[in-house]
Amino acid sequence: MKIIVGVKRVLDYNVKARVKADKSGIELANVKMSMNPFDEIAVEEALRIKEAGNADEVIAVSIGPVQSQETIRTALAMGADRGILIETNELLEPLAIAKLLKHLVDREQPGLVLLGKQAIDDDANQTGQMLSALSGMSQATFASRVEFDGDQLKVTREVDSGLESIKVTMPAIITTDLRLNEPRYAKLPNIMKAKKKPLEIIPVADTGVDVSSGLSVVEVNEPPRRAAGIIVKNVAELVDKLRNEAKVI
Amino acid sequence: MSTLILVEHEDGNIRPATLSVVTAAAAIGQEIHLLVAGSGAEEVAAKAAAIAGVGKVLLAKHDAYAHELAENLSALVVRHADGYSHILFAATAAGKNVMPRVAALLDVSGISDIIEVRGEDTFVRPIYAGNALATVRSSDPVKVISVRSTAFDAAAEEGGTASVEAVDAAEISDKVSFVGQELSQSDRPELTSASIVVSGGRGMQNGENFSMLDDIAGKLNAAVGASRAAVDAGFVPNEYQVGQTGKVVAPDLYLAVGISGAIQHLAGMKDSKVIVAINKDEEAPIFQVADYGLVADLFDALPELSAALDS
Ligand SMILES: Cc1cc2nc3c(=O)[nH]c(=O)nc-3n(C[C@H](O)[C@H](O)[C@H](O)COP(=O)(O)OP(=O)(O)OC[C@H]3O[C@@H](n4cnc5c(N)ncnc54)[C@H](O)[C@@H]3O)c2cc1C
Ligand SMILES: Nc1ncnc2c1ncn2[C@@H]1O[C@H](COP(=O)(O)O)[C@@H](O)[C@H]1O
Repeated sequence: MKIIVGVKRVLDYNVKARVKADKSGIELANVKMSMNPFDEIAVEEALRIKEAGNADEVIAVSIGPVQSQETIRTALAMGADRGILIETNELLEPLAIAKLLKHLVDREQPGLVLLGKQAIDDDANQTGQMLSALSGMSQATFASRVEFDGDQLKVTREVDSGLESIKVTMPAIITTDLRLNEPRYAKLPNIMKAKKKPLEIIPVADTGVDVSSGLSVVEVNEPPRRAAGIIVKNVAELVDKLRNEAKVI
Repeated sequence: MSTLILVEHEDGNIRPATLSVVTAAAAIGQEIHLLVAGSGAEEVAAKAAAIAGVGKVLLAKHDAYAHELAENLSALVVRHADGYSHILFAATAAGKNVMPRVAALLDVSGISDIIEVRGEDTFVRPIYAGNALATVRSSDPVKVISVRSTAFDAAAEEGGTASVEAVDAAEISDKVSFVGQELSQSDRPELTSASIVVSGGRGMQNGENFSMLDDIAGKLNAAVGASRAAVDAGFVPNEYQVGQTGKVVAPDLYLAVGISGAIQHLAGMKDSKVIVAINKDEEAPIFQVADYGLVADLFDALPELSAALDS
C-alpha cells in the first residue's frame, strides 16, 4: 500500500505575519518558511504506519512554487521515499489543491492520504474533506489516534465536546490533529540521503486540472489593535477593577 | 434566492453556534431555511421553527443521522441545495467537517470561518492566526460558508413561526460508521458561549492544580479553558484548547493563568472584551493584550483571588 502525504510550505509558525503595505496579502519575501506543522504530524504518522508494516511507500506531495522542493526534502529526510512537486506560483484555493491531489490519487492509487487538518496560513481546514468528497475515499478528520483493523481503520477524532471514534473503510483520507504524534527530527545523515531520493516536478499546466477559482481576495488588513492595559499591584486591586471599572464580575 | 443553514443539535437542543449562524444569514438578507437532520429530531425541528427570522425548516429523518458523519450530512445538504444561493454552517468541529465536502460536491470554493458579512458576495475572514483579516469576494453561483460564532450574536430562540417540512434522506455511506465517544462531563457553561472563561497554561504544572481554576470558575459561573501546552501535557482534555487550532472564544472576561501568550493562543481569545493575565514573567507576551495584568506567582494569586471573590 502507498501513502500520499500532503506537505505545504508556509510561513514558519514562530514568525508573526505582516500585512503588505498595498494590502494585497502577507509579506513572504525574506521570511522563514517551513513545513506546515500539521503536515509534519502527517509525515510522522505515515512513517510509523510504514514502520509497523502496514504500508510500503510514503510519497510526499507539495503544490506550490519551486522552493517547495525544500519542504519535500524535509519530508524525505524524515523518511518519506519519494516526492512530487506540482509547481505553480499562484496561491491556490483548497478546492484547486484538492483537485490536484485527486489527480495524483488517480495516478498513484494510494490506500491512504494523510493531510494536516489545517494549513496555518490560510487557516481553511478544507482540503482533506474536499479531496474525500471528490475522490470518494473515506474521510476521517482531526485524528488523534489511528488503528488498523483489516481493510478498515479505527480513527479517534478530536471534536468540540471530547473524543469521537469512527471506523472507515480504506482507501481513506486522514487529517491530523495536534495530539496524533510527536514528529521526529531529520538526522544529518538522512538529510544527506534525502538529496538522492527521487523528486518529480510536474508543472501545474501539465496536469490538465482546472485550478480557476470563484473566490478572490479584495484586500487584506491588519486586525484592530487592543488598547494598552495596566499592571495591577495585587489581587485586591484586580478584583476591585473587575468589579467597579470593567464591571465584568 | 434564499439561505440554507445546517442545524447542529445534541440531546434535543440546538447548539448555540447555530443561533449565531442565523444572525450571519440575516445579515446576508435573504429568506432563511434551516435543515435539521436526525434520527427523530421532531423536537429539534420545532425549536428551529421558533427561532426568530426563520422562514422554513426542513426535517430529514434517518437513523444514520443520529451521528454527525460528514459523508451522510454532506450528501443530504447537496440533495436539497437547489434554489439556495448561500449554504451556511457553524465553524464548529462538526461544521468544519461537512462544509468543505458540500462546497467540493457543488464545485465551488468554501469560505471558512467568516467574521463579517459585507454584502451578499463579500465576507471577511481571519487568516494567519488572526494576524490578518482577508476580505474575499465570491462569484460562485452558491456561496458555501462556515461562520465563526463569536463574531455574531445569537438569534432569539423565540418569536419565529416557521413551518416544518419533512424532506427525504439522502444516500447513506456504507464506508463509515460511528463507534463511540468520550464526552466531557461538566456542569460548567460551554466554553465557546460562556460569558467568562478562566484558562490555564503550562504554568499550572499538572492536572490536579486545575482544580484551583475550577474553584474560581465555579464562583464566577465561568467555563474553563487551556493552552495547547496544558492539553499536550495531559493536564486537561483536548476540548479545553483555546486558540488558532482549538476553540475561539470571545467572552466578556478572559482570565489567562500561567499562559505565555503565543500567537496561536492569542488567535483564540484576543477578541474577548476584557482580558486579565496572571503570570510571573513580566515579559510574557500575554501582557501586551491584557487589560489588567498581574505579575505574580499563580500559586499565591489564585488562592487570594478565590478568597477575594467570596467577600
Ligand atoms: C500548529 C500549531 C498550532 C497551535 N495551536 C495552538 C492553540 O490552538 N492554542 C494554544 O494555546 N497554543 C497553540 N499552539 C502552541 C503555542 O505555540 C504555544 O506553544 C502554547 O500556546 C504555549 O502554551 P503556554 O502558554 O501554556 O506555555 P508556555 O509558553 O510554556 O508558557 C507558560 C507560562 O506560564 C508562566 N508561569 C510558569 N509558572 C508560573 C507560576 N507559578 N505563576 C505564574 N506564571 C507562571 C510562565 O512565565 C510562562 O509565561 C500551537 C502551535 C502550533 C505549532
Ligand atoms: N499547497 C499544498 N501542498 C500540499 N499540501 C497541501 C497544500 N495545501 C493544503 N495542503 C494539505 O491540506 C491540509 C489542509 O489545508 P487547508 O485546507 O488549506 O487548511 C494541509 O495541512 C496539507 O496537508
